[in-house]
Amino acid sequence: MTVNPMDMNAGEAAGGFARGDSSAAASVDAALERIAALNPGLNAFTAVTAGRARTRAAEVDAGRARGQAQGPLAGSVFAVKNLFDVKGLPTLAGSKINRERPPAEADATLIERLEAQGATLVGALNMGEYAYDFTGENAHDGASRNPHDPRHMSGGSSGGSAGAVASGMTHFSLGSDTNGSIRVPASFCGLFGLKPTYGRLSRAGTFPFVASLDHLGPLARSVRDLAMVYDAMQGPDGRDPAQTRRPAEPALAGLEAGIGGLRIARAGGYFARGAQACAFEAVDAVARALGAVRPVELPEAQRARSAAYLITMAEGAALHWDRLRARPDDFDPDVRDRLIAGAMAPGAFLVKAQKFRRWFHAAALRVFAEVDVLIAPATPCQAPLIGQKMMTLEGVEMPVRANLGIFTQPISFIGLPSLCVPVWTLGARLPIGVQIIAAPWREDIALRAAYYLEREGAARAPIAAM
Amino acid sequence: MENDKPDIAAIADAMARALGLNISGESRAAVIGHLDIAFRLAPSFMDFPLDDEAEPAPVFTP
Repeated sequence: MTVNPMDMNAGEAAGGFARGDSSAAASVDAALERIAALNPGLNAFTAVTAGRARTRAAEVDAGRARGQAQGPLAGSVFAVKNLFDVKGLPTLAGSKINRERPPAEADATLIERLEAQGATLVGALNMGEYAYDFTGENAHDGASRNPHDPRHMSGGSSGGSAGAVASGMTHFSLGSDTNGSIRVPASFCGLFGLKPTYGRLSRAGTFPFVASLDHLGPLARSVRDLAMVYDAMQGPDGRDPAQTRRPAEPALAGLEAGIGGLRIARAGGYFARGAQACAFEAVDAVARALGAVRPVELPEAQRARSAAYLITMAEGAALHWDRLRARPDDFDPDVRDRLIAGAMAPGAFLVKAQKFRRWFHAAALRVFAEVDVLIAPATPCQAPLIGQKMMTLEGVEMPVRANLGIFTQPISFIGLPSLCVPVWTLGARLPIGVQIIAAPWREDIALRAAYYLEREGAARAPIAAM
Repeated sequence: MENDKPDIAAIADAMARALGLNISGESRAAVIGHLDIAFRLAPSFMDFPLDDEAEPAPVFTP
């Protein structure tokens, strides 16, 4: 019996290709078939690039037939949040306004790199408008839905990126994360999601949100896939002024090194309160598996979250200034009104927030002189229902939209690498994520720890039964 | 004290006029709500003591 290549993870599909058991075209055909079957119910894709994908897969297969070596991702299929430039498509960034943009003339750097390694792009994915979102809802395209239960949120803003992978429509996807937009959907949809160190991956050819805080990264169903894809995207390209000049530091080779010698702690204080029980049960499970006993405090995390909030609204307002003045009615009102408020925030708030950011960074480095891995919740709850406005956190009614990122926001504020691992607590119908946080530039350590958790069965990302 | 609390609605209305931003209808209440959140969150870092020499954190490499 032939196994559907879309039931495999990326590494397995690429292995099948490398052995000659399967072809890039077979993966693309299977992906397109699954997208046709499942996307109407999940609303993950805003564009399916079927023609391009078939052409690209045929090139990969023809290259192999000629005896040319193909990249390690050949046979795998991916899609990208629709704020990535895809040649021939307008870069929507989840908005109505951007539909008027001319089609992109070239792919984003990260797409180019993945296709150079043999992966095939099959489309662009739904997202919250201009990435200012944690829910996966979209006023123009409709909500992207959670494959584990389509009544529930996918999480945002990379909602379609999570839905596509959790449903098996693609092997992996790319998202962006300014305050949690990879880690929140990874948590809600039960995926491994990596927000690398700020400046690690080139953002060239993507629509920005908050230059100070924007990151790009992958979502996948296995840690090995995450490492393969992450490695394929590394390296300077000169087109992102915030990108590091460090050379690529591949992580895949060290993935199986285990956790021996790693000093692992759970984040206390701010990260140990203000969430539903399931979030702390998931942290407990991960801490047990990793042997993390002692709590460590990342000091002043509440202030960090507040400062990130202000930087986000103010920089976002500056980005959208012309559009807010000229055509406010074309925005999602939820997004527009926060951006307008951001335009009114005093300049001193923004500058002091950026000064506090450096202080908090220095404080975090002192913590990471003592530990290698910090464990923290990714979200305060499992995926809420689509349209749900309020939730209860420790007995207090709180607005959903503003509070889904409380645990991710202080971490991305100072650009620490953070890998969301999916946990299924006993009897749970929906997954919830836990952040594996490492020192700047130590994605390799976060990946090692996550791989260990996956191998031990403490974290897993099955394709949703649909 | 209540009198010390900034009048967020007045700030929002004045800023909207000064900046040429339209906040009529339902938008006005939402903008005021979001600006109120900003003003409530800001003291958490505005009141945090930092040295005069503290540098901000944006990335700029000449």
